[in-house]
Amino acid sequence: MNRPLTIDKAKTDRSLFARIAANPATLASALILGLMALACLIGPILSPHPYDRVYRDYVLIGPSLTAHPDTTEVDAAMSDIARRMRVEIAATQNDGTKLRATLTSDRPIDARALRYFDRSDIFAPAHIVSSEDEGRRLSLEAPLRREVFLFGTDANGRDLLTRILIAGRVSLAVGLLASFVALVIGVTFGAVAGYAGGRVDAVMMRIVEIVYALPFIFLVIVLTMIFGRNFILIFVAIGAVEWLDMARIVRGQTLTLKRRDYVLAAEALGAPARAILWRHIIPNALGPIAASLTLLVPRVILLESFVSFLGLGVQEPLTSWGVLISDGARTIQSAAYLLIFPALFLAVTLGALQILGDGWRGFFETRND
Amino acid sequence: MVRHILARVMAAVPTLFLIAAASFFLMRLAPGGPFDAERALAPEIAANLRHIYRLDLPLAQQFWLYLQSLLSGDFGPSFHWRDFTVNELFAKALPISAQLGGEAMALALIVGTALGLVSAIRQTGLVAHLVGAVALLGIIVPPFVVAPLLQLVFGLTLKSLPVGGWNEGAWRNQILPVVTLALPLIAAVARLTRAALIDVLDQPHIRTLRAFGLPAAHIYAHALRAASLPVLSYLGLAAANVLTGSVVVETIFGIPGMGRYFVDAALGRDYTIVMGTVIVIALLVTGFNLLVDLAYAWIDPRVRHE
Amino acid sequence: MDKSAQAILNFRDLNVSYGQNIVVRNVNFALRRGETAAIVGESGSGKTQTILAALRLLPPQAKTTGSIKFEGANLLDLPLPALNRIRGKRIAIIFQEPMSALDPLYPVGAQIGAVLRLQAGLSRRAARERVLELLDLVHIPEPKRRIHAYPHELSGGQRQRVSIAMAIACDPNVLIADEPTTALDVTVAARILDLIAELKQRLGMAMIFISHDLSLVRRFADRIHVMRQGEIVESGSARRITTAPTHAYTRMLLEAEPHPRGEARSFAQAPVILDAKEISVKFRPRGGFFAPSFLMKRDEIKAVDRVTLRLHEGETLGLVGESGSGKSTLARALLKLVPASGMVTFEGRDLTPLSQRALRPLRRSLQLVFQDPFGSLSPRMNVGQIITEGLLVHEPALTRAERDKRAVQALEEVRLHPDLRHRFPHEFSGGQRQRIAIARAMILKPRLVVLDEPTSALDRSVQAEILNLLDQLQAAHGLTYVFISHDLAVIRAVADEIAVMKDGRIIEQGPAREIIEHPRETYTQKLITAAFQAPL
Repeated sequence: MNRPLTIDKAKTDRSLFARIAANPATLASALILGLMALACLIGPILSPHPYDRVYRDYVLIGPSLTAHPDTTEVDAAMSDIARRMRVEIAATQNDGTKLRATLTSDRPIDARALRYFDRSDIFAPAHIVSSEDEGRRLSLEAPLRREVFLFGTDANGRDLLTRILIAGRVSLAVGLLASFVALVIGVTFGAVAGYAGGRVDAVMMRIVEIVYALPFIFLVIVLTMIFGRNFILIFVAIGAVEWLDMARIVRGQTLTLKRRDYVLAAEALGAPARAILWRHIIPNALGPIAASLTLLVPRVILLESFVSFLGLGVQEPLTSWGVLISDGARTIQSAAYLLIFPALFLAVTLGALQILGDGWRGFFETRND
Repeated sequence: MVRHILARVMAAVPTLFLIAAASFFLMRLAPGGPFDAERALAPEIAANLRHIYRLDLPLAQQFWLYLQSLLSGDFGPSFHWRDFTVNELFAKALPISAQLGGEAMALALIVGTALGLVSAIRQTGLVAHLVGAVALLGIIVPPFVVAPLLQLVFGLTLKSLPVGGWNEGAWRNQILPVVTLALPLIAAVARLTRAALIDVLDQPHIRTLRAFGLPAAHIYAHALRAASLPVLSYLGLAAANVLTGSVVVETIFGIPGMGRYFVDAALGRDYTIVMGTVIVIALLVTGFNLLVDLAYAWIDPRVRHE
Repeated sequence: MDKSAQAILNFRDLNVSYGQNIVVRNVNFALRRGETAAIVGESGSGKTQTILAALRLLPPQAKTTGSIKFEGANLLDLPLPALNRIRGKRIAIIFQEPMSALDPLYPVGAQIGAVLRLQAGLSRRAARERVLELLDLVHIPEPKRRIHAYPHELSGGQRQRVSIAMAIACDPNVLIADEPTTALDVTVAARILDLIAELKQRLGMAMIFISHDLSLVRRFADRIHVMRQGEIVESGSARRITTAPTHAYTRMLLEAEPHPRGEARSFAQAPVILDAKEISVKFRPRGGFFAPSFLMKRDEIKAVDRVTLRLHEGETLGLVGESGSGKSTLARALLKLVPASGMVTFEGRDLTPLSQRALRPLRRSLQLVFQDPFGSLSPRMNVGQIITEGLLVHEPALTRAERDKRAVQALEEVRLHPDLRHRFPHEFSGGQRQRIAIARAMILKPRLVVLDEPTSALDRSVQAEILNLLDQLQAAHGLTYVFISHDLAVIRAVADEIAVMKDGRIIEQGPAREIIEHPRETYTQKLITAAFQAPL
């Protein structure tokens, strides 16, 4: 053996968190994930735009740091309102915070027509400054509503950033919950199959093989058809598929650990199978299990996105990154940003999870000697 | 060895049967029938259709009849595309999907192995980080993001490649779909190769080769042989799915492959197409598992002799 | 006397360190032409690291300073192409574990052939001829057939012969042998040593032989260097070192060889505690769930074949055998941990019809201590939990505080500080872990303890302590031991009765002294000769 036999006490004593912190890649990933979760949870609350608020005047606006409306938008909106009010625009003056406009018409302008300003996303309620010629010439002032759409808006005029954050809630939640379900089922199945061995193991693994051979899409579609398009269904479908990998890994671990001397020692002590699984096998398999778990979560999130992309996943009013990407793909020629931003969030989250998972697995591999 | 293969084949038969049964009954479990989506039919016509397609028989009998036709190689008539049998549809669609899938796998094997080898030899430094980045990208940017982006860049902006369509298999139409399919595979192969190589290079028998002053090329050749095993396992598993067409890729690029047929069929309750696809996939899975087993035996003599 | 003038390999001020950890410290020695130098030390002494440094085979984290001169050039400074012309060609090495040192995917002929083609530049045909020659030289039967064999198809001894063939293929000036016989059975090891001696005689190369066993090397070494914790503590001619050692450590190594009991003890009058009749354990390879069994090979493996034993209270039965003899399987069968046919009676009670559940309360009286101290303690439990696990099963009424008290008692009995019960296994040395394993067994106050190679993985010095401890515990609690080992020296020291196992059968059995001094079976004779060969 190449390794010297003295045990480096300091190294083996460091806790998992300390090791995550020591490695820059995993530390960055952990922080990014934390921020992402925080953003998705709190972001929509803090955002000036409610996630379902439709801005009819701001449909398919590109991303920008500057506030809307710009001059073109103001003029366009003003013309539009003037048309509806059936008046002419004599003059306008835009000082950035408000618009002063002079409207003329053959007939007296009905003050109630000003409600068009109320309904607008661009103007706040307007007030009349002066009225001449029995109301045929109206001078008014309408303050401009400043809105910032950092990521732009979608085809319905909803703020993309807020939508992405709200979608993140769903994607992350499904990721965590479905992974957890897959974990519980997979660990139980795998540990029992591996430890029991013999017939039990053979039957259980045969079941795994059969379910594995069925195409995932098929299962999803069938489940969709049976249960309707239900949010819970996604869990079930994804959980139903991903537990297989976990079961295989746990079974493999169990088979190896089963032959370790300390398991035999426990049997010699008279410990029942239940106790051996609980006290010896599962705690010692935790490393690879945890590592698989952190690599399971990104796969689950990806699967959810895929299912939503196909239109079989979450339905309105809920949304997920997969739905956003799917919408974005459709308008890619005119509004590529609708695809790129949600994809970016998805990629960053998946990447951070992957790096964290790889790092974690690395720690467990060196720790278990 | 031969006995081992025979045993596996015989073990596969009941598995295939169970798969067929599982998918058959699962499909029927879903409410609705194959003809619901169409314009409302007059009751007599609807009943007639059901009779022709034997939907009025008890389920078990339907299954039995289906099994019989399967054994003679007939997947039955399509419920949706009523002028065609499933066999005819597959005969056109499967080669297309298989071609794209095969090319993607070949690309993945070559590029992925090269990347994995390079990053195992130089484990730190720029090269390793680049390869790591590529491998990561393959995982975190899924096909349904890559495909539209490629279409945008190469198809619409640069106008150097067609946006979609099969065009009787013209090579320019295949580039984007194959690349999209290959990216995640390249990432996986690179990661697996790298990990396996690093593991093998640490083994005592590699140290023996070094101790005898043998050249690096010889050492890496030996190491690659041992490291190829986990990669083969992975490809074997992935093959069946890749060859029967990716739904995403075929939908986005408008390719008339099996994947696209499958989703349409599943949504439209075209039982025979769905069943046919499931069975084809299951056959391919079994076949590839067997191939992987054979490859293992060829590479590792300990497997041969057990 | 300028010895260094004739030195072919000269180690000067060699230091090897990993970060803060210095594993080889100021090592100085010279290997003369044609000389056999032995480096002797226990684990952690740095002996392997020293010679690996010579061929620059240490991992990249190792920092090496000093010089290792071969024919005027410092091996540590040589550019890689020049080093590769020396590796395997002028200085060759044989490793300890032949199974892992050879590539499992290639036939052995091809592996030796690769060295000949790439190092000596031979053509394929010439290489093949030479390979056959070499296989013959190392006495491998039917070389024409074996040239195509894979490593796993050969026995341990044959694999090591192949490694030796590879090493002498290019007629090196220096042969380094790193514990070449440690992983082999005693009889096989003896033959390999003979082979090495013969080749050295014939080819005249210098040799560095690494071992942990001082008594082994004194039979053929010219010079002995004793290493401890990275340093050479004593060097000298083999004769002087073994007859008049000056350093305390060397003396300790010589004395640590287990000594036989003064008085032979007899237990014929004591009650029979365990009676095993016609115990057999068979293994059959299983077919898969759906695979019809007629397609699977029918060969059964008889791991234990109709063994009959009788143990008296208080005695120690030494069960001797080489690897594959079935002794471990027999031990597990006696404890009903593997399914077996035959009858086992314990303290007059027939265990055969009992279910696992009914057996449970009896288990506390029948305990087992393993060979591998690194695998027998669960890494995730602390020592206290490990020791008291048995109490959870057999005395569930105990409170946590009471269990803790018992843990303290158990640790004290094996001479470990009770505070250590909060630590985890990886923080302890091999000898300490074995004490913990013993404590785990003893806490249940057993009557019979099976010890499966309990000291084989430990250094000689530690081994002596553990054997001592086991002896005291036996005296204090009236324990009966089944002591399994392949090491006859240890068996001679501890056993009252000896049973010799081969291929699953007991081929000879009787009082210890009888067996050692007057063995009847040829196999037993071979074992004894190999183990106690008188020094040259």
